Amino acid sequence: MQIPDFMMIISSSQGLSVVLWIVIIMMLLYMARKPAHEVILSASKVLFHAFHLIAASIFLAEKKLKERNKEVLLADGKEATERIIEREFERIDAYVKKDLAQFPTLQRDIRDNVVKIDEDYQQSTEIPPSPPGWTKAIEPIASIPPSEDSMVVEILKSIRDTLDKGQQKALEAYRTSSKLRHSYLSKMIPTLRQINKSIGVLDKNVQVLLDRSATVDRHMDEYYEINKKSDKAAQMLSSSSLTQFFISGFVLAIAIGGAFINFNLIARPMQEMVGGSVYMMGFRVADIAALVIILVEISMGLFLMESLRITRLFPIIGALEDKIRVRMIIVSFVFLLLLASVEAGLAYMRELLSADDAALVAGLLGGAAADGVEQSGRWITTAAQMGMGFILPFALAFIAIPLESFIHSSRTVLGVLVAALLRFSAVLSRFLGNLSRYIGKSLVNFYDLVIFFPLWIENIVTKIEAKNSSKEELKETEKKEVQKKAPARKPRKTASKEQTDDKTKDVS
Amino acid sequence: MKKIVLVLLLLLGLSSCSSDGAQKHNKGVYMLVDTSGTYTHELKKAQQIINYILSQLESGDSFVVASIDTGSFSEKDIIAKATFSDRPSKANQQKRAFVKVVDNYVKHVKSSPYTDITGGILQATEFLNEKDTASKTILIFSDLKEELKKGYMRDIPLQLQGYKVVALNVTKLRSDNVDPRKYMARLKEWKEKVEKGGGEWEVINDLERLDKLLKQ
Repeated sequence: MQIPDFMMIISSSQGLSVVLWIVIIMMLLYMARKPAHEVILSASKVLFHAFHLIAASIFLAEKKLKERNKEVLLADGKEATERIIEREFERIDAYVKKDLAQFPTLQRDIRDNVVKIDEDYQQSTEIPPSPPGWTKAIEPIASIPPSEDSMVVEILKSIRDTLDKGQQKALEAYRTSSKLRHSYLSKMIPTLRQINKSIGVLDKNVQVLLDRSATVDRHMDEYYEINKKSDKAAQMLSSSSLTQFFISGFVLAIAIGGAFINFNLIARPMQEMVGGSVYMMGFRVADIAALVIILVEISMGLFLMESLRITRLFPIIGALEDKIRVRMIIVSFVFLLLLASVEAGLAYMRELLSADDAALVAGLLGGAAADGVEQSGRWITTAAQMGMGFILPFALAFIAIPLESFIHSSRTVLGVLVAALLRFSAVLSRFLGNLSRYIGKSLVNFYDLVIFFPLWIENIVTKIEAKNSSKEELKETEKKEVQKKAPARKPRKTASKEQTDDKTKDVS
Repeated sequence: MKKIVLVLLLLLGLSSCSSDGAQKHNKGVYMLVDTSGTYTHELKKAQQIINYILSQLESGDSFVVASIDTGSFSEKDIIAKATFSDRPSKANQQKRAFVKVVDNYVKHVKSSPYTDITGGILQATEFLNEKDTASKTILIFSDLKEELKKGYMRDIPLQLQGYKVVALNVTKLRSDNVDPRKYMARLKEWKEKVEKGGGEWEVINDLERLDKLLKQ
């Protein structure tokens, strides 16, 4: 390796020049050691503090973002819970109106039935038979033993016959009244069944109402938790939001697949309508037209769902008067129907074009044998394509539901992701701060390593100086000790004081 | 009102984009068919190639089939030409008509005594430049041996920037069989000529490889 000419100190020897350069650089570095150390250390300190400041700012931003995420999450959760509770109340209202409105009728029925049963019961009670006193009165006569007197016999026989007849009549009357009572009792059975049925219906209705109220209670508890802004509520909503994000994302991906199929179905026949060689911004106009049709269908679907209050992406639509909303439902549905019909027509046209293309290619490339295969199931594909062209727009209309979930949940998910990113950045920043500090220290050591030779000399010189200075200090100490050991003389200051005192005395 | 004007301006801008964009996607193919000497017997192959190209071209593309004659730098040598309609069904009808014209030509073709390939290429470039197609392809169905009538000057540098020139079915002549260097020299000469003019040169002798024809 050659060194440049201007660096050759000794022109004859390159090695010596290099050594001299090393010595010079080393000396220069040694001379600049202190300021260089200060520069390196202060730079590393500046970097350390800067990175720590950045980390602190990011941590602060992350904290604020987390708070904001929580606010968004709770607001969303609150809105969703309000919606659910509202729906539950609507259901209860509808239920009360529909089913419990029959309650007075039911009650009247039961009351009537009870009255009827009571009447029947009254009718069915056993009437005590008339006291058989006359029978007892006849008994002594009847007990007269039979005698020879035909007159008596005749009388007794007539009495017995009368008695027997009376008994028979009484028995018949008893039987008739019993039959009547039984008929009343048997009439009570369907009425009792009716009452049982009515009570069963009532019980079922009340049970449904109780279940609904339990659901409302559960949602109300959640609502209170959300209102309290508790961490538990935030955590619950966050996990629910993540689930919603993935599910709605999956459904949206399926919908995009459907839209892609729909696009392919109508893009080719669109060329027949708007031309196949016209381009706009690098895209075929026919493709753009097909895409626009699909997007219009999706928009109509969105409006339909909004008007039906299934989704709430546009609050202005939800807030419209019911009359206008119904009109919007009709208009958007009619548009959707028309577009679906247009698509079915385009799908049919596509089939015709495909057949024409196939026939042309077969003619050009000599594929006449393809005719048999081509004709066999053509109507099936035509019908399938037309069916798909008609159904897909309606299927795409339902994109609004997962789209709403996706938009709402993506706010939370994005917030969480950004918060995680901020935390990572803050940690990285702190790490870089610490790294710069240690790099500064390492650079100082490395600097000293480069100038090890002058430092070594400095070390030796310092040691010698230290040795000399310690010797001098020792001598000084010895001198002081010797002075301390010498007899103590009166200090001059004291003597002068005494003299001053004498003078004062003389004056006095 | 301002919004309406803005939307109209935007639409105007987009429509201007469309007129520019249309010329950036269509293909222009000019096929020169050698009808000299025994090459008329190869015309069935040429017809296959024409049919294949027709099956590949779409709406807005242009296709011309011209013969290489005594003096090919002339429109009278154009056998059939078409710029296919925007509507696919109409374009298919044009293709069918195109096939009929070529069929008719092949049935009644007369052998030409000379082969003016350069003249044909000049005519092709003139036509395709006029059409201003996005891709320009010249197909030469010939043995590439140029034979000019006395007095015809064809020592002209070709201007083939943005062109792809494909030599198809370059048959070996009897003399090539004796000395293959002649065949190779002929190919080399045309390659140099085309590349000197700024064009891209390719030879396809195997008709199974026709799928490479219109690839850019």
